[in-house]
Amino acid sequence: MAKVIEKTKELNAQYGEKQAQYAEDFAKPFDTEAILEVRHLRKTFPLKKTMLGKVTKELVAVDDISFKLMPGETLGIVGESGCGKTTAGRAILKLHEPTGGQIIFNGQDITHFNSKQMRPIRKQMQIIFQDPYSSLPPRSTVGGILSEPVQVHKIVPKAQIKEYVLDLMEKCGLRDYYYERYPHEFSGGQRQRICIARALSVNPKLVICDEPVSALDVSIQAQIINLLKDLQKQMNLAYVFISHDLSVVKFISDKIGVMYLGAMMEFGTKEDIFRNPLHPYTKALFSAVPNPDPTAKMERIKLEGDIPSPANPPKGCRFHTRCPYAKDICKCQAPAYTEVEPGHFAACHLLTEE
Amino acid sequence: MEEKNNEQVVENKPVDTEAPLDKNVRLMSPTQMVVRRFFRSKLSIVGLIMVVGLFIFSFFGPMIYTQWGEIELDESGKTEYAVSTTTYTVNGVEYTIHQTTEKSLKDNFLSAPSKEHILGTDNEGYDVFVRLMYGGRISLTVSFIAVFLITILGVILGGVAGYFGGWIDNLIMRICDVLMCLPGVPILLIISTILDASDIDAKYRIYLLMIYLTFISWTGTARLVRGQILSLREQEYMVAAEAMGYSTARKIFKHLIPNVMPQLIVQMSLSLGSMILYEATLSYLNLGVKAPYAAWGTMINIISTNQDVLQNHWYVWVPAGICIVIAVLGFNFVGDGLRDALDPKARR
Repeated sequence: MAKVIEKTKELNAQYGEKQAQYAEDFAKPFDTEAILEVRHLRKTFPLKKTMLGKVTKELVAVDDISFKLMPGETLGIVGESGCGKTTAGRAILKLHEPTGGQIIFNGQDITHFNSKQMRPIRKQMQIIFQDPYSSLPPRSTVGGILSEPVQVHKIVPKAQIKEYVLDLMEKCGLRDYYYERYPHEFSGGQRQRICIARALSVNPKLVICDEPVSALDVSIQAQIINLLKDLQKQMNLAYVFISHDLSVVKFISDKIGVMYLGAMMEFGTKEDIFRNPLHPYTKALFSAVPNPDPTAKMERIKLEGDIPSPANPPKGCRFHTRCPYAKDICKCQAPAYTEVEPGHFAACHLLTEE
Repeated sequence: MEEKNNEQVVENKPVDTEAPLDKNVRLMSPTQMVVRRFFRSKLSIVGLIMVVGLFIFSFFGPMIYTQWGEIELDESGKTEYAVSTTTYTVNGVEYTIHQTTEKSLKDNFLSAPSKEHILGTDNEGYDVFVRLMYGGRISLTVSFIAVFLITILGVILGGVAGYFGGWIDNLIMRICDVLMCLPGVPILLIISTILDASDIDAKYRIYLLMIYLTFISWTGTARLVRGQILSLREQEYMVAAEAMGYSTARKIFKHLIPNVMPQLIVQMSLSLGSMILYEATLSYLNLGVKAPYAAWGTMINIISTNQDVLQNHWYVWVPAGICIVIAVLGFNFVGDGLRDALDPKARR
């Protein structure tokens, strides 16, 4: 127990050291063009508390991720299960209260907004969930689900709501007579279309897509992805597309961020990342993508072991326990997140050594 | 047990089919499905008939059968003659006196079922059949009021505990625990004694007692609602509602409560039965409705002081017992049927 407290203290101290350098970044002016700017976002969950409510052990779900997103752009976030992708997405929407960092949406620092202040901003940022079954309320009709947000946010005058919703349904590939139907009457793909329609009903500028296709079968996945792309063009939406499916991310994204154990390991444009992956973890991920060509020689980088527990992350570089190229420095010192090429960031000692 | 049925989702055609076959097929709403499943079970229909029958009997009965009132004595008592013979001797002469006593009874009590009194009269001379109807009124109203109050208290307190969590949840749940530890009947006895001391109309005592019952019985409903809300709160559609920026009131009343309703309805119908039992117990123990007003429990109570009625006049107390059984069974059948209809997966 004492050890755990010590460790937490140590981690907190590390974080405190970083704070100083973060403060500089936080003070920088906001990019007025970007729709979303995330600076050193951090989200922790308390695991153990003392009687007085002081946190003695915590789980760092998201530790230091930063990126910028322009209107109409798609950022793909990839990473294995449990690396904090979903938490990051929800923290950006402030569905989880962020523990640290800065979220700048549309030139406005929303990090410390309370739920009342958030309400008018909610209609500009929406989310699509992974599971289309649990994300629709079972006791309202499709029409009810879609018109409720329109009515609450007063998107159109009351008399035009139905027309507006029917129009939206058509855009999302839903037939008009589905209006009176209940979610249980639909298949997964159609439910996901309803979810998309709901998210778009308030005319958002940013949509967080939290693995929107991983619960669907491949043919439906293609339909949904194409629908998302079409809608993006029509409405100039910015997407944060969270997925563990590299082929999907490659298809839809403009920029890609690779996450491991709560932190961004590599970030760059799609071309940069796919043509020239810098981080060993990214390389390992790409080598795991099945190649349809049977004659192609596969050079697989096998990662040993499991992803470490985020409640007890390894010291130094968080990837060193599984990295095939790990050196001594990786075990004690966390690598800096540096711009290796213009617009292409990575956090690895191998890249900064020479 | 009934298996899969035709009401399940008809597979929708792909979006780009030109002639949608299912366009005119009206699929059922969840409520319609529940109603349909409910009426498929024979037991729940029987329960419904029992409950509705009792309602009609006790609320419309007295309007149709107006021969006797609730506290209207049958004063057509017959005259009884008793002959006594006493013998005594005066101065060696033996006298025998035959004495006939004429005892004129004003009230026609304990008369057997006849045309005049369908179920006879009780030991006071009240019509049992009519009192059965009035007793039903009391029992049903009282249990409905109690269940209504219990549900309101339970939903509010359970909802607050489940939705807000934290210390408020802890507080409410500990109050629940404490209330569940209180022995109900001894406290009832005390309260009833207090009510006896203060002069409160016999008619309203029972309502006061039911308020007390509400006070100690809302815990079950509150726990149920809290549990449901705790699980619903984690559903993604609630996260979606949060992301939409809905107000807390809208989230609770438009998104959470409608989804707790099924379990709540079941709980309500089941507790109706137990409230009727409670009311009958109270009246039987002479704590609830008091003579001359009728309640099923008071009607049975007659046998506790009158052996003769217990042995020879079944028609005074058996019908009231049957009514209680019908009411409790009926509400339980309906509750079970509703539970199965609302949640077919949870069937044993």
